[in-house]
Parts: sequence; structure tokens; C-alpha cells
Amino acid sequence: MKEILDQYRTVNEQEIREWFLAGKISDFPSDGGVCVKYKTKQIAVFNFGRMGKWYACQNLCPHKLEMVISRGMIGESAGIPKVACPLHKKTFSLEDGSNLNGEEYKIAVYPVKIENKNVYIGFSE
Amino acid sequence: MQKIVVIGNGMVGYKFCEKLIASGSGEKFEITVFGEEPRAAYDRVHLSAYFSVESASELSMAPSGWYKDNGITLHTSSLICEIDREKKIVADHKNNIYPYDYLIIATGSAPFVPDIEGIDTPGVFVYRTIEDLDAIKQYAVKARREYGGKAAILGGGLLGLEAANATKELGLATDVVEFAPRLMPRQLDDSASNMLQTKIESMGIGIYLNKSTSKIYGNNRIEALHFADGSQLKTDMLVISAGIRPRDELGRNAGLRTGERGGIWVDNKMQTSDASIYAIGEVAYYNGGIYGLVAPGYAMAEIAVNQICGGDKRMVERIDMSTQLKLIGTEVASFGDPFVDGNSASAIVFENKFSGIYKRINIDKESRTLLGGILIGDSSDYNTLFQLYINTMKLPETPEDLIIPNKSGETSAGSVMDLPDTAQICSCESISKGAICEAVNSGGCQSVKDVINRTKATTGCGGCKPMVTDLVGESLKALGKEVKETICEHFNYSRQELYDLVKINKVKDYNEALDLFGSGHGCEICKPVLASVFASIYMETANRQVTIQDSNDKFLANIQRNGTYSVVPRVAGGEVTPEKLMVLGQVARKYDLYSKITGGQRIDLFGAKLDQLPDIWRELIEAGFESGHAYGKSLRTVKSCVGSTWCRYGMHESVSFAIRIEERYKGLRSPHKLKGGVSGCIRECAEARGKDFGIIAVEKGWNLYVCGNGGATPKHAVLLAEQLDDETCIKYLDRFLMYYIRTAPPLTRTAPWLEKLEGGIEYLKQVVIEDSLGIAEDLEDEMQNLVDSYVCEWKQAIEDPEMMKRFRHFVNSDETDSSIEFVPMREQKMPKPWR
Ligand code: SRM
Ligand SMILES: Cc1cc2nc3c(=O)[nH]c(=O)nc-3n(C[C@H](O)[C@H](O)[C@H](O)COP(=O)(O)OP(=O)(O)OC[C@H]3O[C@@H](n4cnc5c(N)ncnc54)[C@H](O)[C@@H]3O)c2cc1C
Ligand code: SF4
Ligand code: FES
Repeated sequence: MKEILDQYRTVNEQEIREWFLAGKISDFPSDGGVCVKYKTKQIAVFNFGRMGKWYACQNLCPHKLEMVISRGMIGESAGIPKVACPLHKKTFSLEDGSNLNGEEYKIAVYPVKIENKNVYIGFSE
Repeated sequence: MQKIVVIGNGMVGYKFCEKLIASGSGEKFEITVFGEEPRAAYDRVHLSAYFSVESASELSMAPSGWYKDNGITLHTSSLICEIDREKKIVADHKNNIYPYDYLIIATGSAPFVPDIEGIDTPGVFVYRTIEDLDAIKQYAVKARREYGGKAAILGGGLLGLEAANATKELGLATDVVEFAPRLMPRQLDDSASNMLQTKIESMGIGIYLNKSTSKIYGNNRIEALHFADGSQLKTDMLVISAGIRPRDELGRNAGLRTGERGGIWVDNKMQTSDASIYAIGEVAYYNGGIYGLVAPGYAMAEIAVNQICGGDKRMVERIDMSTQLKLIGTEVASFGDPFVDGNSASAIVFENKFSGIYKRINIDKESRTLLGGILIGDSSDYNTLFQLYINTMKLPETPEDLIIPNKSGETSAGSVMDLPDTAQICSCESISKGAICEAVNSGGCQSVKDVINRTKATTGCGGCKPMVTDLVGESLKALGKEVKETICEHFNYSRQELYDLVKINKVKDYNEALDLFGSGHGCEICKPVLASVFASIYMETANRQVTIQDSNDKFLANIQRNGTYSVVPRVAGGEVTPEKLMVLGQVARKYDLYSKITGGQRIDLFGAKLDQLPDIWRELIEAGFESGHAYGKSLRTVKSCVGSTWCRYGMHESVSFAIRIEERYKGLRSPHKLKGGVSGCIRECAEARGKDFGIIAVEKGWNLYVCGNGGATPKHAVLLAEQLDDETCIKYLDRFLMYYIRTAPPLTRTAPWLEKLEGGIEYLKQVVIEDSLGIAEDLEDEMQNLVDSYVCEWKQAIEDPEMMKRFRHFVNSDETDSSIEFVPMREQKMPKPWR
């Protein structure tokens, strides 16, 4: 399982090698999340309609290593957009993946861009 | 830079570091901490909670990066073996040498293990560290499965009883063995001990007093205890809780002065006989005693920090040893001097054997002050009495009113606001009443949470929480500010207020509500609350505003530990035809689902992948099943017993009535889940009084009980009305349920809701039966409207392709989640355990 977790590393704008086409905007419910398959990775994508922003992160919750984050609820706390894992409600910042409950583990986040009503996720490999 | 070395990273050793950092002087020192245990300091006071938390880290005193962030070097799994006072160095077990300028000994204590024959037999444990609990837990599984399933606790003190509760919770038949003629001999008198014994025995724990254990018997594992009086007790494991011994060996070997019964001697500066060495916590011998509680330890840490930083604070002379027993399922408290002697003092005692309550207060006749006391069965007045005692306040003219309930069942211990400002409210963190009120009055704190963040009050043992809450509430009120439970940072309203606002303004969408009544962008707390409000007002299903539903409601199923889901169709009243039973079996076989009968009289099919849910439900719906709403804060089951149709004792048809009621309220969403029960006679086989509403047949009709539940804090439902016919019973239920739905805070079941309801059950009776608020008809209409609007949300979902979209694992692929793995178990399967 460790190898699966190790696949996920936050990607910065500068490192992007590939903009992966994840789907049409209409496939992504407003203020909700869905899961995107990219090679062996599972990526959660959130269309934060209310804030007019898009976020992507690993679908794997680092707490118990389950593929569930995309099914979590999104929200905001003191201006920071976040997602709550559906299993034990651990919350993570969607901006930098940091753990908002004060625990060690965090999640990897990926850049998202919208072009011609299409949704792209940035990967470095 | 001067070097501080701390030996021992327990609660007090940690508190020393925390206080040193908080004092702002942390940077002036190079701080190194050694702890023998493999992990950083954790909350030993709540050690027993380890059996129920998810991981040890939940008990930890500080977030994992704390020491590093504050420049402290922490060595865990590191035992200090020697202090060389001349060279001012300490040596660890690997003989690494560390120099110090100030040395803090905070090595705590170890459980006292009496020298009994056979004490080394496998199956004998102590109860002090996380590792001890791991070992106990592991052995308990064996004791339960392979041996006789019995446990014994040696020692009937505070800790022994806590340990007894733990082994009982681990599923072992538990006995407590005490040498003295009574339980908690240092805190309780004979009558209190008798009352406590009756209570504990009624919970199924055996009590043996006056027993001196002479031998632990067993071949390769413990099998029995032999007592000096010739009797024996069979047991498969033993937990020793016979007191503590300070770990003073380091100090003793280094030639520091020690107490008569052990412990490292300190003066009121916490200085040992060597001026550069301090001792704090359970290892310190101060003023003729050793103190096995956190509060004095924390106070000592405070003094040591102050002294080292050049202050001159001194330890108070009299150490308070008041305690409350935790966890055993009944309330026990003892404070000050629980036993009085001499002519100048006298005791007032209140005893109610029927309800198991014993209260005693000891009063100084001359000064009319409280010297101490004992509370069994009801310790709700503990905080107030304790304050009267610790502040040596003058008692009222009739001190008996403090413990003897008046007609409405209350005692008149007075308001928290009467306490002097110096009254210490939180003794763990030494926070006074003045400091708490100050935080509100001029510190800008607006809520209990603010005050806790500011002062750290309540973060130790938590016993002062009710008082802090009252003080904050009263102080806010005095400032003319309203105290209310707001939902979260996005809505400055209570659930009841939001319910009214949504209803009056006919708001239909979450975003609209947020724009009108809230701020920001919402979160996982307010979204489900509003989803519940919309459902309660419009009978809206979880299919309309999918993204504000709690994750289980979102997928109309309960998520399981491995991210798969369970399927629970409604089986109203627990009645099911053989044909339908077969369909459940067929579906379970086809989709390879783990099948189990639930505690709610229905069948749960586990292990469905997200994308399988629609297919499974399509087949179930075709066979006539509907959603069981096992995932929602909504009506779950109405449990029934077989009743008069078959049972020779049955008074009425409990199954028929349970089905009628379950059909009526199915799909009803509420602040928390709702459960009901209908029993055919007072034998109560449906356990109806353990439910939010319970109906029991009596000769002349139905008795209706409300506001009970099982779970962590079980409560029996209380009688609302007697001898009702079917229609009146349903009418009262409509009113009761709707009133609860309108007014309860989020995630509050009916029992805690009733507890908070001013006027209690009598008030509820007036509202429901006598219609004192004049809203009965509204409540009935609203309920009827909800009943008429019911649709099965699973049926609704599978008929709408748009709604079905959310049940795919990937948005860009038809594959399913390949990371899910199962392992076989007893001819079925289970999720592969967490790694
Ligand atoms: C499946 C079942 C256990 C079983 O295999 O028997 C069960 C399973 C869960 N219960 Fe339960 N409870 C089940 C009967 C009960 C009962 C017995 C009963 O209903 O008669 C109780 C005690 C009665 C009561 O509720 O007062 C019960 C008291 C709880 C509680 C404590 C509630 C409380 O107020 O203290 C929780 C926690 C909560 O709801 O916050 C809980 C929560 C849960 C959750 C939802 C925990 C979770 O978040 O995952 C479990 C998931 C269910 C699922 O399907 O995935 N479950 N749970 C039972 C389903 C009954 C059904 O047919 O719907
Ligand atoms: C189950 C349980 C329930 C309790 N409930 C309550 C309660 O309700 N209320 C209350 O007030 N108190 C309660 N207590 C008591 C409370 O936990 C103690 O008073 C408190 O932990 C004492 O803190 P301490 O730091 O002095 O000792 P400890 O917490 O024991 O810490 C001492 C640490 O020093 C380490 N150590 C010892 N020698 C060395 C060495 N040579 N080198 C390195 N490290 C060393 C030990 O391994 C240990 O980790 C309870 C205790 C237990 C076990
Ligand atoms: S089913 Fe209920 S009692 Fe059993 S583990 Fe889950 S929540 Fe706990
Ligand atoms: S698995 Fe995500 S919070 Fe526990």
C-alpha cells in the first residue's frame, strides 16, 4: 500500500509536463467531487462552483488509505477551501493539501485548468 | 545557554515543558527531555479511552511536531540510569552522557505489585501505560475465546474500579477483590461503599471485600486466586491495581533526600536537597505526602518553571485530593475530608436506597464551612460543593438544602456567579473564576470555545466543563449578549432559528440560504444541517441537492471501512415473507455480499461497490423492497415483538401496530436518527423503552414512552401518556416527533434533547397532550403533509439517469475501483484489514 501512497506528490505549476483532459465541465457537478482515472492514479476533482474555483487532489485518504476523498464534502473554513473525508471526517486544505486537524499526514494536490469547457489536470510525469 | 534536562515525559514532565514555553523563557534554555516510553507524553488520566479511540495519537498531549517546533529535543524509548550530581550529568541506558544546569525529575510512579506467590504467572497485568492496555486487550481476546472468560481486579480503589469497567467492556465476567472492608477505602465511608457496591454489582461486576490474596494459582497461566481465609476465586486474568510507588530510584541512588514512604523530598519551591535539581509530579514527596493526581502535579510544574525563570512562586501548603470516579456507569465523587471526627464537626447525610443515591457533607459547626463530602449516584452538585469547600465559603442557613432535593427534584447549591473571583474553577490548569469572566468581559471571548482557546481551562481532566460553560453563559448574559449554539462559522443561528427562517421565507436551496442568512462558502457541518431542515420542511429527498448531503445520504447507503457500501432495505416491524427473504438471499449471492441480521431486526448486505448499488437496488425494488434509510438521520426501524397474534401473553397486536407506525414515518428526516419499538406486553421483548419512542401494550390500550436510546449513554424512555387507543397514540406521536424535529439542535437524539428542555417531561406533556402552546394542530398538519409526500428515494434515483451519474467510480472510465480487496471469513468475506 505504501507504493500506492508514494505515487501521489503535489505538482506545482512549473513542474507540469502534461495537461491531462479529464472531461467536460458538465461532467463535474457544481460544489461536488468526482474521481478521475489517470494511468494508475485516482484523482479527486472538485468543482467549487460557489467560489468559482477548481481543485484536484489524490483520491486516497492518507488516514486509513482508502480511495474515497472524491466522495467527501467540500467547504471552506476561514477562507481556506477544504474537503472532509467521508470515512472519519478528517479535513484537508484543497489549496496545499495540508491536514487541518493537526495530524502529520497530508494529501497531494494538482493544478486544474479549464479551457473550451474542458477540465484538465496537470501532471509532472 | 543554560541546559535544562527533564527526566520523564509523562503528563507532568510534558506540562513543565508547555509552561516553560508559554512563559516566553523557553528560548533562554536548551531543553532536552528523556522518556522511557516509546511515544511522547499522552493523557494518562484518559488512558481507558484508549480502548475506544482509533489510535494512540488521539490521547497525545501535543501535536507530533510540537517539541521540535519549540526547540525541545525529545528522546523517547530512552531510560536515564544515572545522575552524577558532582559532574552535573545524566547517563542514559546506552551510556550517552548529557550535561545539565537544571535537572527536572518527573519520573512519576509505577504500579505497586505486591509480593504474592505466583505473581509472575502469565495472565497477570498492571494498568498504567498504553503498552499495558495493549497487552490486556490481546490477552482478553484469548481469555474470552479459549479460557473461561473471567477477569479479576486486585484492588477496589479508584483505578481498580476503572480497570474493572475496562475488562467488563472487553467482554469478560469481572470481579473486584479488595483487601479493605470497603470499596475506595480512602475516599468513601461504609454507607457510601455499600451503595456503590450495590450499584456495581447490579452492572454484573462481582465485589469481594476483606480478601487478602495469598497465592496466584495456575500452571502455564493464571487460573485462580487463593485467599488467606481459605476461599478461592476462579479467574483467567488478573489486573493489579493495588496502589502506586514513586519512581525515586534515580534520586535515591544519587543521594537525594527521600520521604519516609519513598518519593524524592522537595520543599515548596519544588527544589530537592540539591538546589539545581527539582522533582515534580507523582515522584515528588512534598509536605509529608505523595499525590497521585494530575492537578497537584501541574501545580508543581508551574512552580518549578517559575523558580527556574527567577520568580518566587511557592506551592500551596494543603494539597487537595478531591476526585471523581470515571467510567463505571455511576457517579462517584469525594472531596476534602470525607470522614469527620471530633466534636466541632458534624455530617449531614441524604440517602435514597431506591434510586441508589448517597450524599454526605461534613460541616464545621463553628465556622459554618464545608470540610468535605461524598456523592454517590448523583454528583451533579459536585462542582458547586467543591467550590464552597475549597474557598471555605460560608454556608447557607440551612445547609441540608445543598444536598436534599426539594419537591421539583433540585438542590439549591446556588449560582456559580456567587463564587469569589479567586475561586479556582479549573484546578488542572489553575484558572480562577476571575480569569474566565475576564476573558469574556474584556478579553472579547464570545463563546465557551473562545474561552477554552484563550485560557486552556477544561483541557486537563475536563471535570470543570459544566462550570466553565455556566460562567461563560452568565458573563455573556450580564453583558447583554445572547448565548446561543450557532451551527458553524457560516451561520450565526441555531438549527431551530434556521428551520424557522427557511420555512417563513420559503427558501428552497442551500446556496440561497447561505446568501440570505449566512456568510462564506459553507462546510461539512452546515450543509447536512440544512439538508435535514429542507427534508423536514419539504420532505425533500437526498436526490435533489446531492452535494449538501452527508456522504452516506449522498449515495443512499452506508460507507464501510474499505469504501464499499452496505444495503439495508426496509423490513417494517421486522416482518418479512419467505419470498422476500429469498430475494434478499438471491441478491446477496449474485453480488457476493456479506449478509448479517442487524440489531434493528432487518438484514444488512455489505460490500457493494459504489457502481453496483443501482443494480442491486433495481432488483430489490422490483421485488417490492424500499430504502431502509439506514444511512440517514431519519426514521430507522420500529422494532416489534410478536405480540398477541402468536404470543400467549400478548395484550395487543404489536407487529401490526409497529408496521403501521413504521410505514407512517418512513423517510422522515430529523435532527438525529429516530428509532421506535412496540411491545405486546410489559415483558417488553421489543425493548421499546430503549428507543426514541416506545409503545407498550397494557390491558386498556397502549402506554407511550418517549426519549430513550441505547448506544453509549443508554436511557430508558419515560412515560408520556397511558392507556391510549391507536389513533390517540399516533396523534401524540405526530405532535411529539414534529415538535422534536422543529426544536432540537443538530445531531441531538431525543433523550439529550429532553434533558435540555426546560421543564422536562412535564413540560413536554403539556405541549403534546394539553396543547399548552396552541400548536398541536399545526404539528399534526405538518406531519400529515410529510407523510403524504413520501417517496422511496432509491426508486426515485434509479428511474432518473441524471441522478444515476453519481454512482460511477470514475467520471472518465467505466472501470471500477481495483484497490478494494476482500479476504474470506466463515464462508463469507470481509474487507482486507487496514494495513
Ligand atoms: C448495522 C448495525 C449493526 C448490526 O450489524 O446490527 C449498526 C451499524 C451502525 N451503527 Fe448502530 N447499528 C445497528 C443498530 C444499532 C442499535 C440497535 C437498535 O437499533 O435497536 C443501536 C442502539 C439503539 C439506539 O440507537 O439508541 C445502535 C446505536 C448506534 C449509535 C449510538 C447512538 C446514540 O444515540 O448513542 C451510533 C452512533 C451515532 O449514530 O452517532 C451508531 C452508528 C452506526 C453506524 C452508522 C456507524 C457508522 O457511522 O458507520 C454503523 C453503520 C451501519 C452500516 O450499515 O454501515 N449506532 N445501532 C445495526 C443496524 C440496524 C438497522 O437495521 O438499521
Ligand atoms: C488509568 C489511570 C487513570 C487515572 N485517572 C486519573 C484521574 O481521573 N484524575 C487524576 O487526577 N489522575 C488520574 N490518574 C493519575 C495521573 O495519570 C497521574 O497522576 C499523572 O500521570 C502523573 O504524572 P507524572 O508525569 O508525574 O507521571 P507519569 O505520567 O507516570 O510520567 C512519568 C514518565 O516518566 C517515565 N520515566 C520514569 N523513569 C524514567 C527514567 N529513568 N528515564 C526516562 N523516563 C522515565 C515513565 O516511563 C513515564 O512515562 C490516572 C492514572 C491512571 C494510570
Ligand atoms: S456496528 Fe455499531 S457498535 Fe458495531 S462497530 Fe459499528 S458503530 Fe460500533
Ligand atoms: S480514511 Fe479518511 S478520514 Fe479516516
